[in-house]
Amino acid sequence: MVEEENIRVVRCGGSELNFRRAVFSADSKYIFCVSGDFVKVYSTVTEECVHILHGHRNLVTGIQLNPNNHLQLYSCSLDGTIKLWDYIDGILIKTFTVGCKLHALFTVAQAEDSVFAIVNKEKPDIFQLVSVKLPKSSSQEVEAKELSFVLDYINQSPKCIAFGNEGVYVAAVREFYLSVYFFKKKTTSRFTLSSSRNKKHAKNNFTCVACHPTEDCIASGHMDGKIRLWRNFYDDKKYTYTCLHWHHDMVMDLAFSVTGTSLLSGGRESVLVEWRDATEKNKEFLPRLGATIEHISVSPAGDLFCTSHSDNKIIIIHRNLEASAVIQGLVKDRSIFTGLMIDPRTKALVLNGKPGHLQFYSLQSDKQLYNLDIIQQEYINDYGLIQIELTKAAFGCFGNWLATVEQRQEKETELELQMKLWMYNKKTQGFILNTKINMPHEDCITALCFCNAEKSEQPTLVTASKDGYFKVWILTDDSDIYKKAVGWTCDFVGSYHKYQATNCCFSEDGSLLAVSFEEIVTIWDSITWELKCTFCQRAGKIRHLCFGRLTCSKYLLGATENGILCCWNLLSCALEWNAKLNVRVMEPDPNSENIAAISQSSVGSDLFVFKPSEPRPLYIQKGISREEVQWGVFVPRDVPESFTSEAYQWLNRSQFYFLTKSQSLLTFSTKSPEEKLTPTSKQLLAEESLPTTPFYFILGKHRQLQDEKLNETLENELVQLPLTENIPAVSELLHTPAHVLPSAAFLCSMFVNSLLLSTETKSAKEIPEDVDMEEEKESEDSDEENDFIEKVQDTNNTGLGEDIIHQLSKSEEKELRKFRKIDYSWIAAL
Amino acid sequence: MAGYKPVAIQTYPILGEKITQDTLYWNNYKTPVQIKEFGAVSKVDFSPQPPYNYAVTASSRIHIYGRYSQEPIKTFSRFKDTAYCATFRQDGRLLVAGSEDGGVQLFDISGRAPLRQFEGHTKAVHTVDFTADKYHVVSGADDYTVKLWDIPNAKEILTFKEHSDYVRCGCASKLNPDLFITGSYDHTVKMFDARTNTSVLSVEHGQPVESVLLFPSGGLLVSAGGRYVKVWDMLKGGQLLVSLKNHHKTVTCLCLSSSGQRLLSGSLDRKVKVYSTTSYKVVHSFDYAASILSLALAHEDETIVVGMTNGILSVKHRKSEAKKESLPRRRRPAYRTFIKGKNYMKQRDDILINRPAKKHLELYDRDLKHFRISKALDRVLDPTCTIKTPEITVSIIKELNRRGVLANALAGRDEKEISHVLNFLIRHLSQPRFAPVLINAAEIIIDIYLPVIGQSPVVDKKFLLLQGLVEKEIDYQRELLETLGMMDMLFATMRRKEGTSVLEHTSDGFPENKKIES
Repeated sequence: MVEEENIRVVRCGGSELNFRRAVFSADSKYIFCVSGDFVKVYSTVTEECVHILHGHRNLVTGIQLNPNNHLQLYSCSLDGTIKLWDYIDGILIKTFTVGCKLHALFTVAQAEDSVFAIVNKEKPDIFQLVSVKLPKSSSQEVEAKELSFVLDYINQSPKCIAFGNEGVYVAAVREFYLSVYFFKKKTTSRFTLSSSRNKKHAKNNFTCVACHPTEDCIASGHMDGKIRLWRNFYDDKKYTYTCLHWHHDMVMDLAFSVTGTSLLSGGRESVLVEWRDATEKNKEFLPRLGATIEHISVSPAGDLFCTSHSDNKIIIIHRNLEASAVIQGLVKDRSIFTGLMIDPRTKALVLNGKPGHLQFYSLQSDKQLYNLDIIQQEYINDYGLIQIELTKAAFGCFGNWLATVEQRQEKETELELQMKLWMYNKKTQGFILNTKINMPHEDCITALCFCNAEKSEQPTLVTASKDGYFKVWILTDDSDIYKKAVGWTCDFVGSYHKYQATNCCFSEDGSLLAVSFEEIVTIWDSITWELKCTFCQRAGKIRHLCFGRLTCSKYLLGATENGILCCWNLLSCALEWNAKLNVRVMEPDPNSENIAAISQSSVGSDLFVFKPSEPRPLYIQKGISREEVQWGVFVPRDVPESFTSEAYQWLNRSQFYFLTKSQSLLTFSTKSPEEKLTPTSKQLLAEESLPTTPFYFILGKHRQLQDEKLNETLENELVQLPLTENIPAVSELLHTPAHVLPSAAFLCSMFVNSLLLSTETKSAKEIPEDVDMEEEKESEDSDEENDFIEKVQDTNNTGLGEDIIHQLSKSEEKELRKFRKIDYSWIAAL
Repeated sequence: MAGYKPVAIQTYPILGEKITQDTLYWNNYKTPVQIKEFGAVSKVDFSPQPPYNYAVTASSRIHIYGRYSQEPIKTFSRFKDTAYCATFRQDGRLLVAGSEDGGVQLFDISGRAPLRQFEGHTKAVHTVDFTADKYHVVSGADDYTVKLWDIPNAKEILTFKEHSDYVRCGCASKLNPDLFITGSYDHTVKMFDARTNTSVLSVEHGQPVESVLLFPSGGLLVSAGGRYVKVWDMLKGGQLLVSLKNHHKTVTCLCLSSSGQRLLSGSLDRKVKVYSTTSYKVVHSFDYAASILSLALAHEDETIVVGMTNGILSVKHRKSEAKKESLPRRRRPAYRTFIKGKNYMKQRDDILINRPAKKHLELYDRDLKHFRISKALDRVLDPTCTIKTPEITVSIIKELNRRGVLANALAGRDEKEISHVLNFLIRHLSQPRFAPVLINAAEIIIDIYLPVIGQSPVVDKKFLLLQGLVEKEIDYQRELLETLGMMDMLFATMRRKEGTSVLEHTSDGFPENKKIES
């Protein structure tokens, strides 16, 4: 039984991995990255998440290895604390409370007892670099209030600060100037780019800075794609700089290799450039990394690089510029057009991923399973380009078919539209393109749905479009004597007075198709494609449309743009009820009649769960999110929960996930977010006794059933049975090496005896009762003719039976005990 | 990371007949040679032995043609009345024919006068054939009888009187000397055994049987009559295997291809259909000028000869296998360069560096990969590409537009280069499948080259041509719209009745909804 806690909205995985530079461990075995309120530890080889370091109560903003002990990790957070971790075991060692918001963290090997942090004290947009002295103390919670000011008016981003040449100076860039602070002299030099004064629209703002590890050299990246290498900056007059130019867009990050022989740079082009010997000629490229490079970091051992990308991905790259591993989170870079879907096969969440791809994301393991390339064209990442967008997708026929729609619209009249149908191939375990339909409609496709009825002989797909038509596509046999093939063709084109078709939806059994044309809902027979009836509410355009399921399959629900939710009865063709609700998301639960609707108000979003048969909601949760909720989906649970309270019963069979405008994936749970996010490996440890193999689900349940049966008669024994390991004979048997053991025949009797239980009075009592009952039945059988009388006397009889138990003679009891001894019930329990 | 993805070339469905191996095979014949005969050509038969001459029975003559001869190399004309069914013996040296007067005559190929005359039929003999042992002749006649003759002493051996109508077709088994089948206008096909005196098998075709055919193995029997071609399984006792109805007039003749994989049938509807003998689907069909009466295929399908009711004999020869002139091959690296180092065993301290297999890219893709956009466009505007595969050119233009560099690629061209682009536009602008992309490209070109217009007469002429084309296209579209409007009006008047029923539905829905609202 699940404890009846309050249901709350919890963030569900898919948090950002690319917020800050990732950090390598000293031996390059692990890579750390900040992820929301946590720090994640990944293995660089297997790409698996090894630990999640919980403890901060706000966004983690920086992590650094402890320069004095490379098995420890510092992290800072907006909650004003710096924490020291043992990352191998995932243990929090110390917490230093600073007391103001920390925006970034730096460590320098030479400054042993202090770290550097970016704070903003007075005004919200003025940031300072301070040195924080970490007091030495044995206690876990330490106050670290001793801040010493280093630099003022700096950029918030840690990319704009770099410590150089063994901590002798620190370089900071902001807008058009580079300032260098020398710790020894305690002076600041400021260098301004000459061109910035003259030109009004100069694009050479500083974007990032990096310092050479051994020489006095600072590299700075600029908005116009140039990289400048500054030397001789000890002198305000004699300083020089050289220019490296390859990027055509802003330089996002720079990093020197450990020895300083090469400089790495990256930007929007998604190409990692390695400049060898700081010359323009000697450069190497690693192209097509998929998305804008946001951060670059280098492992202390020097054998690995890693790049963090805007599509929530970390790529680990070998020294020879070969990508070796990809840690991919939920891609959130772009707007989600397809909505949330569930792949019926893998139960993975499916939505827009990388440009032109569909991502399959496992909710259980918080990991991307794979990307399906839909558009299959070279992606040019450039500002202002109109890309082909994957706008619609739908699964059909239990995951056997996938339909996708891609479009590109440059001008009003120039629409490129393509629909693709993918078939699941069991051999390759993936989707294979089956049919490509160019311009399936004259205008944008607004809705796409498969007929998912179990009985349907022919896979059927319906597309609704702004051009006023809906089209029915069916799978036809395209084979001839040379090859076997199937393909999709258009079967029917329907329209209603040239109104734009906005939604389409099949009923659960596939017999009816509902298509909404602006304000009007039309119902079509899916066999003859005849218009059956129409509903019109004059309450604005229909935004959502869905049929009720199971017992409520006679209802059709529609949500309009004017904030009216209507429910029509299909049998009487009349409006059953309507309610004023500004519905943004309406999702039916595939496992029950319930329908979840999320409404939008100025304050936030509210959730309503209801059955179509009655307008009164089953459950209301106000304020699930401050932002607009864009998409929602019900995910069937593997193991049903058992909420007893009526309000939460809708969560028993499936879980509701939703995606807000800022693309955070949220769900409802009684568990705390920490528990939700524990990786599977940890959960396994916590539930050691439960083998969570597929066999467990088959046999474990079976066993539980057996146990329940046994419970009734053998309550006491069951308690003792799991303690078999305490019996010396058994433990000896199990722990002695096999070759030393005597023969099995010899051990058998000993083993069996050890398992048998010493008789107790209670259990002895119950057995005779059983026997007695049987006798009683026999007597009843024989007296069938006197049934009428017997029935009346039945109650007396049972009373008599109880009397008999007490009157058992001692000899009988002994006999029964013997009988008890050869009871093999323990076999069932094994 | 993922490699370069080549540009997706838009493919367009090829209209018309699908190109399959069969269409290629059966279209690979030269234009037919037409030979005029004296009357309807009722039978064509190829000699089974080289040089594969063929005998053509038309009116009262039998002509023997050589393989490529247009004139007969031999003629048998000593028939008083119409001759029927001249058939070669398996060794190609004897020929037998029936005739309208009921006689069956046996000829030597080299001789002129008949060697034997079998007298016994009272009416026209329409079918004759040699049995597998070469010494007997089977004949079927309009007197409803089937007779077996002995060649050496010209005597009748057996007579079968089981048919109840004209016997018009027959054939002897190629394996068993005692078995032969006949088809009759009494709708039956019967198999006779010379050893038993009676028919051993009879199948009901359902229509007067015009032609029968035994598969070389003897296991399958094909009969044609009426519009149907039926295939029977002899080993299952004459079970109907499949019934084909692909002609729309009577099927008159049947023939097997030399491989036995295809069955051909000719019909009065002037078509020859080719069926696959595994699936019995039509894989190809030929058209002829007149109703077809007879059909024969030469050894190895070298020649198709079709005889028609108007006395025309159509002879089609297979094209000789065009031997492609192999180009002088580029000198490739020697074999040892490929195996060099392949057998090297990895030592203990060696680091293995795997080089991924190189993906072949088209030249334009290679240019695009390196962002050489103008060069890529030049490459696909080359006449060899634009004429053969305009869809590649259009796809590249589309890709450049998607990358936002189409204007850059089109700019800075000299007279010759710009006329290449304009030529392509003029040729393909009006095609609906290319129009959206090319109109955009044309607009960009006009924008770019407007300031320099009038400098080159060649380019100006091209621009004027393009303008004329666009004007013509606009007129054409207007006309089409007018037609569409007219058609809409016609449809609207026709559909009025349906429309009212739809409106009734809606009117049902409205008042009830309003009640609930109020």
